[in-house]
Amino acid sequence: MLTATGKTKRLVLLSGKGGTGKTSLSAAFAHLACKPQYGTSVVLVDADVDAANLSLALKTEPSSPREFWGGALAEIQPGQCTGCAACVAVCRYDAVLQDVEHSPAFWIDPVACDGCAACRYACPQGAIRMVPQLEGHWFQSATPFGALFHAELFPGKENSGKLVTLVKQQARLWAEEAHIPLAIIDGPPGIGCTVISACAGADLGLILTEPGLAGLHDLKRVLGVLHHFRIPAAVCINKADLYPQGSRDIREYAAEQSLAVFGEIPFDEHIPQAMLLGLPITSAFPKSPSARAIRQIWEKSLQELYSLKEMLS
Amino acid sequence: MILFVTAQQPFLDSPVDERFGRSPWLVKIETETYHWDALPNPGASQSGGAGVAAAQFVIDQKASAAISGDFGPHAASALRTAGVEMRLLNGEVATVQQAVQSFLQGKLLAFG
Amino acid sequence: MQIAVASGKGGVGKTTIAASLALSLAGEHAVCFLDCDVEAPNGHLYLNPVFDRQTPAVIKIPQIQAERCSSCGKCVEVCQFHALAKVGRSILVFAQLCHGCGSCTWNCPEGAISEIPNPIGSLEAGQTKEGIHFAQGVLTISEPMPTPVIRQLKRWSQASEDAVTILDAPPGASCSVVETLRGSDYALLVTEPTPFGLHDLKQALGIAREMDIPAGVVINRDGVRDSRMDWFLSQNKLPIMMRIPFSKTLAAGIAAGKPLIEIWPEYQPRFRNMFRQIAESIAKGKPC
Repeated sequence: MLTATGKTKRLVLLSGKGGTGKTSLSAAFAHLACKPQYGTSVVLVDADVDAANLSLALKTEPSSPREFWGGALAEIQPGQCTGCAACVAVCRYDAVLQDVEHSPAFWIDPVACDGCAACRYACPQGAIRMVPQLEGHWFQSATPFGALFHAELFPGKENSGKLVTLVKQQARLWAEEAHIPLAIIDGPPGIGCTVISACAGADLGLILTEPGLAGLHDLKRVLGVLHHFRIPAAVCINKADLYPQGSRDIREYAAEQSLAVFGEIPFDEHIPQAMLLGLPITSAFPKSPSARAIRQIWEKSLQELYSLKEMLS
Repeated sequence: MILFVTAQQPFLDSPVDERFGRSPWLVKIETETYHWDALPNPGASQSGGAGVAAAQFVIDQKASAAISGDFGPHAASALRTAGVEMRLLNGEVATVQQAVQSFLQGKLLAFG
Repeated sequence: MQIAVASGKGGVGKTTIAASLALSLAGEHAVCFLDCDVEAPNGHLYLNPVFDRQTPAVIKIPQIQAERCSSCGKCVEVCQFHALAKVGRSILVFAQLCHGCGSCTWNCPEGAISEIPNPIGSLEAGQTKEGIHFAQGVLTISEPMPTPVIRQLKRWSQASEDAVTILDAPPGASCSVVETLRGSDYALLVTEPTPFGLHDLKQALGIAREMDIPAGVVINRDGVRDSRMDWFLSQNKLPIMMRIPFSKTLAAGIAAGKPLIEIWPEYQPRFRNMFRQIAESIAKGKPC
């Protein structure tokens, strides 16, 4: 039904607070998109690179890892280090430590090193070099609903924002070649560099929140990010009936902000059951109350993304 | 004047690339002589600040204009300060050569 | 003693556990709570501190003195993050790409660079009515880097040596979690018995292991036993420090901003007991 008349449209799911259900919703959207009445091919992007779960929510075929080289870290060649400590003086990250084995030389703690190379330029012996680091892997995998671009950042690494950008770019290149009209991006929690990378250039930022003080507090933060980067935003509420006062507070806030509420998903025990089956909720339990609510949110999202003309072509 | 066009391959009939910071090639054209060169984009291999790296390169090459699909805010800021015109590719331009022709005919929209 | 509460997966209950642990210990110990989830800090919603101190979190970014600048471009060359560009005779600074490392400043042959503070967030501290010393970092919306705010929060809050400091970590497993865990004596990893919970726990555990920090696990929203989770924990010799069953009543109370031990007071002794086990574990230098 939907054809790629131009660039691939991008829908990004965000939350602010973690654990609101973005991944389950992304999986459901992917499933709905492929159904005959919507007939849209999609590309999926898991932008939560240090805690990537979308491949687990779908039956994903394993694929070969591609390397992600993030940045470089400093390394001291012990044979050349005279222990003059010029590097210690310039390092702001407490990364330069005594090398007990090669005293009086120093060594650089890779966990603390920021990769700024101040030490390399400070070293009078030229004993420090910058070594590019393999910081994770990314994948292009097949799922029943389309290609999934995802990644696994090695634990504790920096440059997660860059890995998100890489995964998104690979997805975009592929989608343009294959004329895929829609990319669904499962975003990370928070508001920092990974969220900023995930929502860059999005046509719609759909915030999935949950009722409660923390949900509302973090909704306001992530909405601030979408406003700052001028990305159209909408909100939907998961587990809405768990704490009705909280859902009221969200609706009130949304009204104040002229933020559209696309729907409310009731708490539903079928959702974790579907997760265990590796199926989207709309596929495993299509008649469940949550599946119905999700279909409504999906349709509202489509309406926001596509003009009627585009949808009928 | 010196123009740069972002390209997927190092040829004049190469398909254009939409990304200023990360296109693999920057094709440099001197419009008076039609002398051209395909140069690797320094931003392409960068994990961050790719747009700035590409902008710095283009500025150092004394470009008068850069043609691409999109310019990130940092790259745009640098190019604007340097007085390098930014022009956007459109659906009718498929190759580097076509981009140059469209530019010279005044058919490309300015960015920003 | 510093105990970091982390998870990998978001929304499994880090703040819930960290806040209730702090509250359970407040009577017997000097307790400090550091909310290191600077992108989305929620600890204050449960602990209700009265804030009395505040300071901006800043990155030092370069400022070029045009009169002294010779336009040699050395600063542009040394910057690993492309935060500087040379345009004609002037140098442009891109604050959002700057890591505040000072390298350009050190390397300028003309001494033409001075550093100015660029605020990227806010540090706030106060006391709760139980006497808990509370401090949080708040990253400014649109700023990309949480790690410098966390680093500064830890330095600024000056928790006393004999206090028990509980650090509420951000979700995920990237550099902001590392920064929170740095210097901690113990990592309490909160998880839920689902495939997502297990996958992300492995990421968080990877960090604790690389940093040589002993770890234990709290299983939240415990329900039908997921054998894969239990198998993984026993294979990796990870002690289960507490199990909290799934409960809609509990979830609703937490949504309303009530700490867990207020909704279920019978958990207070369990938290204290867990703390004792953690303290023993640290004292004995037990591997995790």
